[in-house]
Amino acid sequence: MADVKAGDAVPELRITPDKYLPYRYAGASGDFNPIHLDADFARSVGLPSNILHGLYSMGLVAKTAAQELAGGDPRALKKLSVQFRGMGLPEQEIVVTGEVKEVEGDRVRVALEAVQGDARIIRNGQAELQL
Amino acid sequence: MAIKTDAVGKSWPSTTYQVGREKIKEYATVMGIGNPVHHDVDAAREAGFRDVVAPPMFAVVYAMPSLGPAMFDPEVGIDFARLVHGAQTFEWSEPACSGDEITTTATCISIEEKLGNGFYVFDTTSVNGDGAEVVRGTWTNIVRGA
Repeated sequence: MADVKAGDAVPELRITPDKYLPYRYAGASGDFNPIHLDADFARSVGLPSNILHGLYSMGLVAKTAAQELAGGDPRALKKLSVQFRGMGLPEQEIVVTGEVKEVEGDRVRVALEAVQGDARIIRNGQAELQL
Repeated sequence: MAIKTDAVGKSWPSTTYQVGREKIKEYATVMGIGNPVHHDVDAAREAGFRDVVAPPMFAVVYAMPSLGPAMFDPEVGIDFARLVHGAQTFEWSEPACSGDEITTTATCISIEEKLGNGFYVFDTTSVNGDGAEVVRGTWTNIVRGA
């Protein structure tokens, strides 16, 4: 991975979470907030439908950074900071993209985001990796 | 409406989570992370880990329970019907492996009103059984129209 340099694009990740993904993620993570699981409940609190867990979308960003820049090494990712804005929805394709911003020795800083169509569901993703 | 800021600086009792192989595998499978170090103990040991190792974002599994009492504390006063997760930061140190007992402590670091919304920021610090820091989290929760 020594040839990573500022300006490099991170190979994008495309994934379409199926209708039942929020249930599997709830089970795996322990977050059973009904806004993620119950469309009627979600609408009653002003959301378009049940929405993806923000930390699931963040997990996809972390996975993209580790997989594409560090061969999946779980030790590589040292820091990840994101903002959640647009609501992520099941059954719509998520595209995670990124760009290497800075390389200093074995430390790499990467900017990442995740979108669904026009909605930027993860903004200002900033990752630091040690390669 | 004015928001209460009395809870700034408050910490809540720690929670301890025992990391297990099947839970790591379940999380990695849902996230579509196929690296065998998350699924198979032999592959993990061959790669230099003491046991099956968690993907970094598995931090949500062992750190989040510590936030329960903080979020529901009447002194914090979060209105759950209008709560959204605004931002998140994790800083990782030691990897989390199956068999680890990870203890997490949550602290409220700021409560502010900005543009009519309430921003509630909590820090979590997670340490393993050796006392080594595993991850530090900063959780920003926004209560719309607070």
